[in-house]
Amino acid sequence: MLRFPDLLLVFAAVVSLGQAASAQPFDLGREATPEEIAAWDIDVRPDGLGLPEGAGSVTAGEEVFIEKCAVCHGDFGEGVDRWPVLAGGQDSLASERPVKTIGSYWPYLSTVWDYVHRAMPFGDAQSLSADEVYAITAYLLYMNDVVDDEDFVLSKGNFAETRLPNEDGFFMDDRQESPVFTRTEVCMTDCKETVEITMRARVLDVTPDEAAGEPADETRDQGAAAPESTALAAVPEPAAALDPGLVAEGEKLFRKCKACHQVGEGAKNRVGPVLTGIIGQPAGAVDGFKYSKPMAQAGEGGLIWDHESLGAFLADPKGYMPKTKMSFAGLRKQEEIDAILAYLESTTE
Amino acid sequence: MKDQNVRPGTTRRNFLKTSLLAGGAAAATGSVSTAAQAAGDPAILEVQPWAQALGDGVDARPYGYPSPFEEHVRRRNVDWLTADPVSSVNFTPLHELDGIITPNGLCFERHHAGIAEVDPTQYRLMINGLVEKPLIFTVEDLKRFPRENHLYFLECAANSGMEWRGAQLNGCQFTHGMVHNVMYTGVKLRHLLERAGVKTNGKWLLAEGADASAMTRSIPMHKALDDCLVAFKMNGEALRPEQGYPVRLVVPGWEGNMWVKWLRRLEVGDQPWHHREETSKYTDLLADGRARRFTWVMDAKSIITNPSPQAPITHGRGHTVISGLAWSGRGTIPRVDVTLDGGKNWYPARVDGPSLPMSLHRFYFDFDWNGQPLLLQSRAHDSTGYIQPTKDELRKVRGENSIYHNNGIQTWHVNDKGVAENVEVS
Repeated sequence: MLRFPDLLLVFAAVVSLGQAASAQPFDLGREATPEEIAAWDIDVRPDGLGLPEGAGSVTAGEEVFIEKCAVCHGDFGEGVDRWPVLAGGQDSLASERPVKTIGSYWPYLSTVWDYVHRAMPFGDAQSLSADEVYAITAYLLYMNDVVDDEDFVLSKGNFAETRLPNEDGFFMDDRQESPVFTRTEVCMTDCKETVEITMRARVLDVTPDEAAGEPADETRDQGAAAPESTALAAVPEPAAALDPGLVAEGEKLFRKCKACHQVGEGAKNRVGPVLTGIIGQPAGAVDGFKYSKPMAQAGEGGLIWDHESLGAFLADPKGYMPKTKMSFAGLRKQEEIDAILAYLESTTE
Repeated sequence: MKDQNVRPGTTRRNFLKTSLLAGGAAAATGSVSTAAQAAGDPAILEVQPWAQALGDGVDARPYGYPSPFEEHVRRRNVDWLTADPVSSVNFTPLHELDGIITPNGLCFERHHAGIAEVDPTQYRLMINGLVEKPLIFTVEDLKRFPRENHLYFLECAANSGMEWRGAQLNGCQFTHGMVHNVMYTGVKLRHLLERAGVKTNGKWLLAEGADASAMTRSIPMHKALDDCLVAFKMNGEALRPEQGYPVRLVVPGWEGNMWVKWLRRLEVGDQPWHHREETSKYTDLLADGRARRFTWVMDAKSIITNPSPQAPITHGRGHTVISGLAWSGRGTIPRVDVTLDGGKNWYPARVDGPSLPMSLHRFYFDFDWNGQPLLLQSRAHDSTGYIQPTKDELRKVRGENSIYHNNGIQTWHVNDKGVAENVEVS
């Protein structure tokens, strides 16, 4: 008999604890330090809130852009392959094929600064200094004819003054005011006299081949198996002494490649495959990288990357290997190719 | 499936080859030869290998995977859509699924910088900005808030976006596969914000991801305080890495891009940020060159998943089941209509299974197919009374350059052999 009231008491206590907990905010987590907030709070708003101190000119921006951005976006922001077009397209928004660029579409310049800073270069995000981001942004303004002076310097001070042409081209969601939304009745019987097919997907034929999954897998399996045996068979030549000056030059030039390729310890496949120790390896064989079909087939066909073959590829990637995924335009000078090859040769697994 | 998980001599390829030789071919065509019929079905008359030899023990598959016969059921990419597979999308094989739950491994993926592999012990969630007290939470901290379970669809705003200019991709996986539906376990975002103390001028929230795209979206505070979740489980297990492990934002009924994966930070502000994914992308360009912004809610939509171009009718005329999915970002789906003749006559379909707001609904239409060609369509009605429009009705008010929010009625043409094709009709 005595136990029963005890139980009730315990039960009541649990309930009241529960109520106390939900009546006010839960005392969980800890306070963030100012340093922690500063490390992560990188966002920038149209009114300039969040911009750090710094400045960069159009000409400085061009240099950084050519080195770090042009491989995908093209020297003039025209976009390589399907990578985004960044410039041009003015007056195209109402056309059949609108070209949505910073100059033609984006409403606010702060979006450019914020995005380049947080997510670019692709595969090496948050590596640009504030000055570099100001400079790239200034160059993008120049490419889009928003500024026409090569000496223009964009800074925190003049940022909010610079407006993009399409700022007023946007309006709040009003889908619900459309006649599509107000309909309440539908027809159920004898709704149309005739029905004609007006378009067929098969005419376009852009659907991935449903059966393609299986053969593609077979190829990939073979591709993965082949390099091991080939790599074992390929006896590495005794490493000729590399010219340290050339290697250093190559390392500098390799910054162009870093937008897509990693080398050395902890390197991972990014837009392009890991290139550590690539010289002497079969083409299309880096583990875990999904190559273009021609590249994978060339490797299976016995193509080994040596100075001659890789040199020819680097001089004219698309000419040497049509349909390669590498969107790089190629190295024009033989000295540059030699330096890159020397640097790549210096990297070992 | 890893080959080392398969016993010697039974690798997947050998397995499929053997099964094809040993009568799998008959099963594949769905008919048994006349000679075999005379004696009876070999599938019955002959002792099958699985009826004789022992199978794998309980240690063979500590984390189970589908039958090798289901190997073809997979997410697929459309190569030409994007520049590379890192910032890209693949599609849920809707035609292979039934019911309303999407298996975790088949939920479509959309990444902007690949799959971030976040170490949960190094995971932190920050709340800063216009709050009384900026906060840091670990995964453990988050799990100590009251948990809730909700089934929600997640649809990319660009789902069906390739179809604005006309029928293009031949398969519901590609036309409608940027949607999935899973049970989320998480905590109300409201609890976290209340803990931080939102200041009275805090009207907007910026959600930011921890991946190399540092994805950001501005969310109005009324939505953040209403039904948003900070989730850590999907269908009972930890979020998959490609779905934001260990923690993602759930923004019920709103476009998938806002459901920030690998959620690392929530900032409270007094105005929206107008970041890349809400200006350059995820704005809906109209025919006159102006664009709608902040088109968050996903309008009601439906799709017949079977038959469809990847899933033809193989049994010939007779009793036939049409099956499909319907959903709305504004509520439930009380009604779906189906037509067999391109919209001349419509019939109510049977909505089966749980009917939950902002979740996929499964519908069926059972009929006796006479073997004549069909023009199949489905039309969803949501609980607000909204009726799914035709593609032409949408084009009339939005043009063809919208990319996003194409919820128009889909047509499949089924020929007399049961083969289906993506078409448009007058």
